[in-house]
Amino acid sequence: MNKVLLSGNEAIARGAYEAGVQIATGYPGTPSSEILATIAKKYKDEIYAEWSTNEKVAMDVAAGAAYSGRRTMVTAKQVGMNVLSDALLYTVYTGIEAGLVVITADDPGMFSSQNEQDNRWYAKLAKIPLLEPADSQEAKDFVVLGIGLSEEFDTPVLIRTTMRVSHSKSIVLEGERPSVPQEVGPFVRNQEKYVCTAMWAKKRHPVVEQRLVNLARYAEDAPFNHVEWAEHSLGIIASGVTYMYAREVFPQASFLKLGMTFPLPEELIRSFADGVEKLIVIEELDPFLEEQIRAMGINVIGKEIFPPYDELLPDTLTQLGLESGLIDEAKGMTHSVTVPTELPARTPVLCAGCPHRSTYYWLNKMKMPVAGDIGCYNLGCLPPFNAQHTMGCMGASVGVLHGMSIAGVPEHAVATIGDSTFFHSGMPALLNMVHNQSRGVVIIMDNGSTAMTGHQDNPGTDWTLQGKDAPHVEFEPLVRAMGVEKVLTVNAFDIGEVESGLNECLAYDGPSVLITEGLCAQLDRTPKPSYMVNPDKCIACGACLKLGCPAIVKADKVDEKTGNPKAEIDPGLCVGCDICRQVCPVEAIQISKDRETQGDR
Amino acid sequence: MKNISFLVAGVGGQGTLLASDILAEVGMEAGYDVKKSDVLGLAVRGGSVLSHVRWGEKVASPVVRKGDMDYLLAFEPLEAMRGVEFLHPKSIVLCNTKAMPPITVSGGSEVYPTHEQVIRVLQSAAATVHFVDASAEAERLGNLKVANVVMLGAFSTLLDVPRKTWEGVVLSRIPQKYVALNQNAFHTGCTVVKRSQLS
Ligand code: SF4
Ligand code: SF4
Repeated sequence: MNKVLLSGNEAIARGAYEAGVQIATGYPGTPSSEILATIAKKYKDEIYAEWSTNEKVAMDVAAGAAYSGRRTMVTAKQVGMNVLSDALLYTVYTGIEAGLVVITADDPGMFSSQNEQDNRWYAKLAKIPLLEPADSQEAKDFVVLGIGLSEEFDTPVLIRTTMRVSHSKSIVLEGERPSVPQEVGPFVRNQEKYVCTAMWAKKRHPVVEQRLVNLARYAEDAPFNHVEWAEHSLGIIASGVTYMYAREVFPQASFLKLGMTFPLPEELIRSFADGVEKLIVIEELDPFLEEQIRAMGINVIGKEIFPPYDELLPDTLTQLGLESGLIDEAKGMTHSVTVPTELPARTPVLCAGCPHRSTYYWLNKMKMPVAGDIGCYNLGCLPPFNAQHTMGCMGASVGVLHGMSIAGVPEHAVATIGDSTFFHSGMPALLNMVHNQSRGVVIIMDNGSTAMTGHQDNPGTDWTLQGKDAPHVEFEPLVRAMGVEKVLTVNAFDIGEVESGLNECLAYDGPSVLITEGLCAQLDRTPKPSYMVNPDKCIACGACLKLGCPAIVKADKVDEKTGNPKAEIDPGLCVGCDICRQVCPVEAIQISKDRETQGDR
Repeated sequence: MKNISFLVAGVGGQGTLLASDILAEVGMEAGYDVKKSDVLGLAVRGGSVLSHVRWGEKVASPVVRKGDMDYLLAFEPLEAMRGVEFLHPKSIVLCNTKAMPPITVSGGSEVYPTHEQVIRVLQSAAATVHFVDASAEAERLGNLKVANVVMLGAFSTLLDVPRKTWEGVVLSRIPQKYVALNQNAFHTGCTVVKRSQLS
């Protein structure tokens, strides 16, 4: 058997391969994006993979594929599950013809999400089995198991990872791919099962309830729920990567390690509880296990000690263990050094040459309220721009803008939304603005890809995840067809065009759309000369520094009159986008003769 | 077999993740159980990147506690300073000397620590500190991008794993036409740390 080092996400992709999955769909989102990327790269011949326009669409596509007899997987990040859930809930009633697993990649610690939510509740809400892998080996194995469970119990199965499972790497033993049919038969006509109209769906509900009872029975001696006996004074119930942390921090304790966390194996939990003096549950975020165990009438401690927010990393567990008296001294822990000086922060910034820079430059200058959205451009809320005043979820900006408009906000407001986000869920909101005759400017910042999550394709790109050609959907005709009368397209790298475009839209009494076009700096491979500041001409006004380009820095030289530092450009970082040259009032910025950027960073 | 824990610190875009991947794989090839944990996402747009890598007989947690890191491999001095809270008095540090001031320094009002501060903080936190001007070595080799391979070469001399194993892993990840360059970079790294030990 081949031994390889895989991230949790790569292992899930491998699991799909070994489970005989033939179709995989999803929408990109950290920390889930690498699953489909890996499938598209490594298992292209065996598994069809696509980025769908949003998670709900991905789930509907998956349902159709699983109804048609193909083993299928869907992936979403934690908040992506909110979008996906509408479609998930009907598949619970219908069941499937071939295995269907849904992956939710949660984000305790909020590394790249707008909230911290515990998606295990979705399993309870939907009444479907829930698996929680603790490392890459389990991530792979649980996909194979999940497909098996799905087919055995005729239900979709939810697999929940967290950022640390998805993005950590550990050793995996690879297995083989089973043989799967090349062709599927004619579509099954089983209306009472697959048409969720009330009269038929009503009969499916008891089936769903009975299925849960059967699953709970199965969970009692399922291989992935097991007890590890050690000292009987302390028993710990844990799942996912939290189990790994707890193993290390409480080496003497007995453990009940749950691989399947819904429905729970009540008898197993009861016998474990009977065998220990003190029973605790360690789980990140909500008391999902704790509440269910308490409801069994079992005395258990959890959130009293371990808070329902942030990760419960080994450091935190050690500290809480000491505070609560679960550990007497931090065994084997050496003291840590404190950093003596305040260190300057290194926050993420819009890349050198980012097409979004010009828009935020003007939004900052014009001082109007801005409803923001999800993408790299969310960095527009930070200095030096501070030009974004709301941000909630995918596609929210356009609806929020309309709300501001009908509320009668006296200023002219603006929404900023990226190309992929607009396709994802901005479109219905724009139609709503048209239909309800709103006023406000929607800026579609078209950088030609889904940049933040790793430059995935979307309907605006002319390629697909698997590298096939695709029709490139143009924004201007699309938006016009949706009924917007005022539509302008400008070059994002032309400061003047962006300004006049914005002004023209702002003056319009109705909904308008400004499309700022400019390729993402990470995708633009055309070599352009880098720029430099002529120190003799620079008057240290700071105009270019307000662009927040990482290539522009304060120089050691100061202006004699004001004492302010002059500007300087790092030739290694500048990609020659030309924007700074356009904002300099005295033409101090020019193309550097002695150095060309390579465009191959 | 005792667990060995490594902190790899750098700036998004510097090849920090590639280096920690290589370090993890070297451990696997050397017969250890291995785990590593990264933080990805928007952090990659020029933010701080910290990776935890662990080798051992059986590794449970991919994340290491503060005070438990045996080695710090830092691609940038400021990021090295950020990492010291993970170290213990017997830790060993290898740090690239090339500074990359964050935008809060270059465009804002914060101050980058002086070279003396960096040395003082690292030396007070760890048993041994090696500095390598990997970026200068890389520039000398004609390609700034191999700075991380120079660092890995230097780092390899601090560990008890055969050089063959290291080179095998490093070169397996390099496209054919860059193999010679990277081999050179790795060798350069192996020699620079010896020099820095002598001085
Ligand atoms: S990745 Fe592209 S869109 Fe994102 S900040 Fe960089 S240049 Fe801008
Ligand atoms: S041209 Fe100016 S704004 Fe554009 S990348 Fe270079 S320094 Fe930055």
